Amino acid sequence: MAYKRNIDRLPIIPKDAKKHIVTCHYCIVGCGYHAYTWPVNKQGGTAPSQNAFGADLSKQQESETEAWYSPSMYNIVKQNGEDVHLVIKPDKGCSVNSGLGSVRGARMAENRRSDVTGTQQQRLTDPLVWRYGTWQPTSWDDALSLVAEVTARFIDKDNEDDLFVSMFDHGGSAGGYENTWGTGKLYFHSMKVKHCRIHNRPAYNSEVHSSRDMGLDELNYAYEDYGLTDTIFLVGANPLETQTNLFLNHMVPGMRKGAKVVVVDPRRTVTINACEDAAGKENVLHLAINSGTDLALFNTLFTYIADKGWIDKEFIKNSTFQGDVAQPENEAYPAALGSFELARKACRMSVAEGAKICGVSEADIIKAAEWIAKPINGRRRKCVTAYEKGIIWGNDNYRTIGALVNIALATGNVGREGGGVCRLGGHQEGYYRPSDAHVGRPAPYVDDLIIKGKGKVHHVWACDHYKTTLNATEFKRVYNRRTNMVKEAMDAAAGGTREDLVNAIVEAVNKGGLFSVQVDIIHSQIGQAAHVILPAVESGEMNLTSMNGERRLRLTEKYMDPPGTAKPDCLIAAGIAQHLERVLRKMGKNDYADQFKGYVWKTEEDAFKDGYQKGNPEVTYERLRAMGNNGVQEPVVGYKDGKLIGTKRLYADGKFTRHGRKDKKALFCAGAWRGLEAPGKKEQKAAHKFLINNGRSNINWQNWFLDQENEFVSDRYPYPFIEMNPDDMASLGIKAGDLVEVYNDSGATQAMAYPTPTAKKGETFMLFASPKGTQGNVINGGTNTLILPNYKQTWANIRKLADAPGAVAHLSFKSKEYTPPA
Amino acid sequence: MKRCRHMVDVGRRQFLRGAGLATAGAAVATALPSQPQAAPSLARVDYPSTRLANVKDLKVNEPFEVAYPDADAPGVLLKLGKRVEGGAGPDGDIVGFSTICPHKGFPLHYNAEDRTFNCPGHYSRFDPEAGGLQIWGQATQNLPQYTLRIDSKGDIYAEGLDELLYGRLSNVL
Repeated sequence: MAYKRNIDRLPIIPKDAKKHIVTCHYCIVGCGYHAYTWPVNKQGGTAPSQNAFGADLSKQQESETEAWYSPSMYNIVKQNGEDVHLVIKPDKGCSVNSGLGSVRGARMAENRRSDVTGTQQQRLTDPLVWRYGTWQPTSWDDALSLVAEVTARFIDKDNEDDLFVSMFDHGGSAGGYENTWGTGKLYFHSMKVKHCRIHNRPAYNSEVHSSRDMGLDELNYAYEDYGLTDTIFLVGANPLETQTNLFLNHMVPGMRKGAKVVVVDPRRTVTINACEDAAGKENVLHLAINSGTDLALFNTLFTYIADKGWIDKEFIKNSTFQGDVAQPENEAYPAALGSFELARKACRMSVAEGAKICGVSEADIIKAAEWIAKPINGRRRKCVTAYEKGIIWGNDNYRTIGALVNIALATGNVGREGGGVCRLGGHQEGYYRPSDAHVGRPAPYVDDLIIKGKGKVHHVWACDHYKTTLNATEFKRVYNRRTNMVKEAMDAAAGGTREDLVNAIVEAVNKGGLFSVQVDIIHSQIGQAAHVILPAVESGEMNLTSMNGERRLRLTEKYMDPPGTAKPDCLIAAGIAQHLERVLRKMGKNDYADQFKGYVWKTEEDAFKDGYQKGNPEVTYERLRAMGNNGVQEPVVGYKDGKLIGTKRLYADGKFTRHGRKDKKALFCAGAWRGLEAPGKKEQKAAHKFLINNGRSNINWQNWFLDQENEFVSDRYPYPFIEMNPDDMASLGIKAGDLVEVYNDSGATQAMAYPTPTAKKGETFMLFASPKGTQGNVINGGTNTLILPNYKQTWANIRKLADAPGAVAHLSFKSKEYTPPA
Repeated sequence: MKRCRHMVDVGRRQFLRGAGLATAGAAVATALPSQPQAAPSLARVDYPSTRLANVKDLKVNEPFEVAYPDADAPGVLLKLGKRVEGGAGPDGDIVGFSTICPHKGFPLHYNAEDRTFNCPGHYSRFDPEAGGLQIWGQATQNLPQYTLRIDSKGDIYAEGLDELLYGRLSNVL
């Protein structure tokens, strides 16, 4: 049977409950919520005077009521050491979501750790050290000291290249301006660590280098632009599932007002189905291109639009570079950048040629061009362009994103109402760090260096390579071997002094081992290889600031205690710095030790003041608290009448700044189509039968960190699904729910077959980052230029592994597509 | 709450602006058990045993409109024509569900072709052949299902629910 909670009533929020502002800690959209807390021995009543809503709760409430919350929005947690009831429910007054909750955010309360209700017992509560053949809980000082004593043996003032660091750079969750500053100050200010990478990719680089090089920050619009536009152009994006309330609360109303929709995606997604429902089928164009051919499509559209003259000549003249080449192509710039005419020449592709490469009709390409750029009754057509991982983690990232931005620039759809060319985003953002220029460009391919035996100490901040990297089969094999060498050495040194232990670790590392320190909120899969594990906290367990996909900055207030002795990442970073200073001084390296001063932070707000607030003096916790769930759109430009003043959309003045050019002119990207660009992709495609397209799903949050222990979610997908065409399944003898093995030269993984009649034959879609089957196991190690991973273009074979396991037997394999009334 | 008449698109957001609308279709005989006067509060709500229909009223794959545990809580009985886990009746194929979406309280409509409940508000859908499992959607719970009892005369009684109904903090008001 489907999972049911058998909860038949919930405690009522009393009138005097504490109310905290909360931005959902999951996706980029950042829906507004309120967290209500009140003592565990109290409750409200059904009379209007007895509850927080002033509503008569003895009656059935209407649809979309504010006076209801589901069991998933409720829990009992600790606050200042006392048990309190907790309800986290969506805020109707927040312009982002207008009271809507997603299937992820509306489970925030249920996904808090509770010793009373037993939820999220997987959360780490104390530092753990590998000791006596397993992990033993210990004190912070003991664990941090060991981290510093070992790390200090492998770093020097002039060379920190043996310290490898994997660190999140996002907002929300356990990220945010406080925590990116804490880690950033440690590794980029006190040290200059070069061998570092970000949570979702194997190097420290931008997902959108070309957009930035062309002068455009990738989050340049306002969500209201979807309601002001003529056309919504979605590329490699599935917003109904992955930016849910942006789609439901902004895109759908835009469609209802008459906006047409063009979607570029090899797969028919639930987004396309919903667009057809909202806009009418005749107003939705799905370009189901061959996987990885986006660049050819955009160059064709650009050529056609330019040839037709559907361009904004004034904008091109005033706001873009005039001349020829502004930035030549080289190792750091995978395409030349320059003027409109330069790009026209380089990108030229006929409709016939584009149709052939992309596998779509010429008529559909022309229709797309018309919907994107053809003037309406003599006026410029407004088009908002949104792209995401389909092209970010797709073929030839640099040129493909550049080609898409070309179209927006040529048609003047940047910095204006109903325009914008933006990344939709995964997590929220919350990046504030010292310069990363020392990392270089292209940045080092950290995961590959680890495979090649480089690195001696690895600090890992909430990254789970085991579930989310490419070439994961090989990475895990090597990482397990290298970290096991150190575990064995630590086991052999049991009973000795601390000095003996550190010497044993150093010796094992010098023989090819790797000392692994993990900072996380749970014991992750890569955490199984760790020697020291430090427990961190999430937003709500600390005060935390982030911005969303329209740069909306908000504060989430702390509403509960952290699990056990867990701490904010910024304070953990401070602890590592303080211990490094002490240890280095003891080693007689006083100059170097001095670099680790300046971490006397007692709270996360101290870290915020030391970082973000220093650069943005108008922005304080107090002012953000007053701005509530609507916050302020960055950049903040002032403070007046008790309010922070923000910026609705970037580049409204037609001046482009992201590339740092003095002339403030945007550049076009002159990147011709060149086929599958990342090494090994062509060969893999030729040798295997199925495309293993991959990505996220609606119900679970990205890497499953909390959802792997959420019954509602793990009941639905006990294994990652792989959507397959029913004919393909039949030819392989696979039934719905059967466990299949996906395998190729890079490795193998498993998934649960989900028959999907809309899937093209030979093309599958697998849920990524599942703890029960890592899709990255079959992604080869070759990356795009600038070490951008190409997760999407993966080919493999499939065979049946087992009949549907017990956990699958009760599931539904019906179509995920909503059907309207007959 | 209103049920979905699934004839016209009433414009997603405009559903259910008035509360407490009477249900149509089913003859609902509500029998609330009497409560002893001085008893302490119970740990769980006391569900009424309500006769919703007779097995003879049901046709395979045609939802039969009912309301449970009171007139403000629309739902359906459904004879699936094949035995399912949790199914009642001699053939183990009778199920009953709330037809209010547990996400935002919109009325669900039934697609007889693939046997699913669908929400016009935010595109969620539920499978009555799999215990109301949310096939895909925004709700954070699966569809509330009735606990059914069928007596020797073939009368079908609902006697409980397995999830909290949308719009009420107690399943029995």
